Amino acid sequence: MNLRAWLALLGALGVAWLAARAARRRAAGTAGGRRFFASPFAGLGVGVLAFFAVVAVAAPVVAPFQPDRQLDIIELVNRGPSWAHPLGTDLYSRDMWSRLVYGARVSLGIGALAMAVALTLGAAVGAAAGYFRRATDVVLMRLVDVGLAMPRLFLLIVAAAVWQHVSLGALILILGVTGWFGTSRLVRAEVLTLRERDFVTAARALGARPGRIIFRHVLPNVASPLLVSAALGIGNVMLTEAALSFLGIGVRPPTASWGNMIADGAGQIVAAPWTTLFPGLAIALVVMALNATGDALRDALAARPSSYEEET
Amino acid sequence: MTEPLLRVRDLRTYFVTERGSGTARAVDGVSFELYPGETLGIVGESGSGKTVTSLSVLRLIPEPPGHIRPGSYIEFEGRNLLTLAPAELRAIRGNQIAMVFQEPMTSLNPVFTVGDQIAEAAIIHQGLSRKAARTRAIEMLTLVGMPDPAERVDHYPHQLSGGMRQRVMIAMALVCHPKVLIADEPTTALDVTIQAQILELLERLQRELGMAIMLITHDLGVVAGTADRVVVMYAGQVVETASTPELFARPRHPYTEGLLAAVPRVDTPREQLRAIPGSVPAATEWPAGCRFHPRCPYAWDKCRTSEPPLLDAGAGHQARCWLVTEPARRSAPA
Repeated sequence: MNLRAWLALLGALGVAWLAARAARRRAAGTAGGRRFFASPFAGLGVGVLAFFAVVAVAAPVVAPFQPDRQLDIIELVNRGPSWAHPLGTDLYSRDMWSRLVYGARVSLGIGALAMAVALTLGAAVGAAAGYFRRATDVVLMRLVDVGLAMPRLFLLIVAAAVWQHVSLGALILILGVTGWFGTSRLVRAEVLTLRERDFVTAARALGARPGRIIFRHVLPNVASPLLVSAALGIGNVMLTEAALSFLGIGVRPPTASWGNMIADGAGQIVAAPWTTLFPGLAIALVVMALNATGDALRDALAARPSSYEEET
Repeated sequence: MTEPLLRVRDLRTYFVTERGSGTARAVDGVSFELYPGETLGIVGESGSGKTVTSLSVLRLIPEPPGHIRPGSYIEFEGRNLLTLAPAELRAIRGNQIAMVFQEPMTSLNPVFTVGDQIAEAAIIHQGLSRKAARTRAIEMLTLVGMPDPAERVDHYPHQLSGGMRQRVMIAMALVCHPKVLIADEPTTALDVTIQAQILELLERLQRELGMAIMLITHDLGVVAGTADRVVVMYAGQVVETASTPELFARPRHPYTEGLLAAVPRVDTPREQLRAIPGSVPAATEWPAGCRFHPRCPYAWDKCRTSEPPLLDAGAGHQARCWLVTEPARRSAPA
């Protein structure tokens, strides 16, 4: 690893630190923001997420090598951490740090995009069920019951087996499509109470059509619980992706994802523990950071109604 | 007289209650007319069916459990609102007939600025652009007498006081210059000085925009100051209707009498406020005969068995009471 890569790493750390500090400073201006940062782990979580996000976006700058380049298949196989290779090299003499950096793109990207798919589906189904009730509600919620009753990993393995080769886009879709059931229940419960609120009747009295009422009046009021569930959900999706990749049916090699890096290293976990340790650590760090952020978000947003009344 | 703008005929709105405890006949055969440019007061205690009547006009009754019975008829500009297709009905809501709700605290969406909410009807019905809608929202805020309209337009509901929010609600309702404004207890949630301001505002806007107002209230004081005619409701029915001066001078129904006697007056010192004994019965079991008879000081046998129709007492004054046919009984309360 050369000087440029070390500087880039330092730069990424600096940017993450600055981002977390800027977020904290901005948040200090509002009651909700202060509640968010009241938890000591919230700032840490935001920092960790910012760091990995910066690294993923700036991967070509931060990574010293191409992630799938075999550097020296004689001399550089399963080498431990050194100044040149801070996280060591793997069985195929690839630089672990570079793979971790590019793997962040894949793992974080899958987590975020699959969650976006799941949120969209969950919000749409939950809002329709909660707003229209009656037959719509019964049919959609029984569908959700069925979805929740099926073990997700099993569904994913079947999907992977049926289509043989699962492209990255398809993997995101599958993870998203199997991940919205809980969200839809959450949204439905919120919508059931919101639809009885006076401002919804007021919107109907103005001549708004159901679509407008759902999207403009009901769903924005569900945003905060949805945000919390998304933050917690991304970590879950990333773990599932890792599990799938570990089983060899997720992200296909040589594309690096944190899950298949662990799978690659599993064979020599005793001889070269760093090949599993570091991607495992990365997953654990990000998932913990997401959970800390999600918890802090929940604390900050859950308190909103009471503070709202204080102000009125 | 001119043609009525809104004609309600035999409106029946029933609610099916859970666990089979019967059907609540919240509105049970209500008829009245609203003429262009007038203010019609609809008065009654809680549970008398005022709000359900107003919600029924725009078909805002939650269904289920509620439903408007076939045979009911609400005519607006020659069309029966009860048989309109949803899209036609939406074109009337907020555009021709608008509504101001009782609770300005909960009738505004907490996550949007008041400007967005005022502009909403204009965007829906007139297809205004965002920019034009914002300008219109500021105009409307100016019209309803909001201080600093250009600044308030970007405020969220929780940043405003109750009176200001009710002004916002009125601005929301009037943005498309409706012909009919239904105001459901627009001042109940406000304190007395703000009440007076809001009522004055409604009167001024009525003069400027020439709309008809259906003012629903339980407060006869509010009616006295603003309404041209009054409809008194009790137990889901119209029990008396007359012009405001006529009603206050010569109430024909004992219920109206009771309501008038219950209004505290500053000119006659009184130690205890008078109240009508008892309360409105449950809408699932209206009494047989005259629905007011259990609480009526004049009730006699006929009242317990046969239900009076709306009887004409002259000068456009109608009352649902047998006393109209036997005025002699009034002098001798049972």
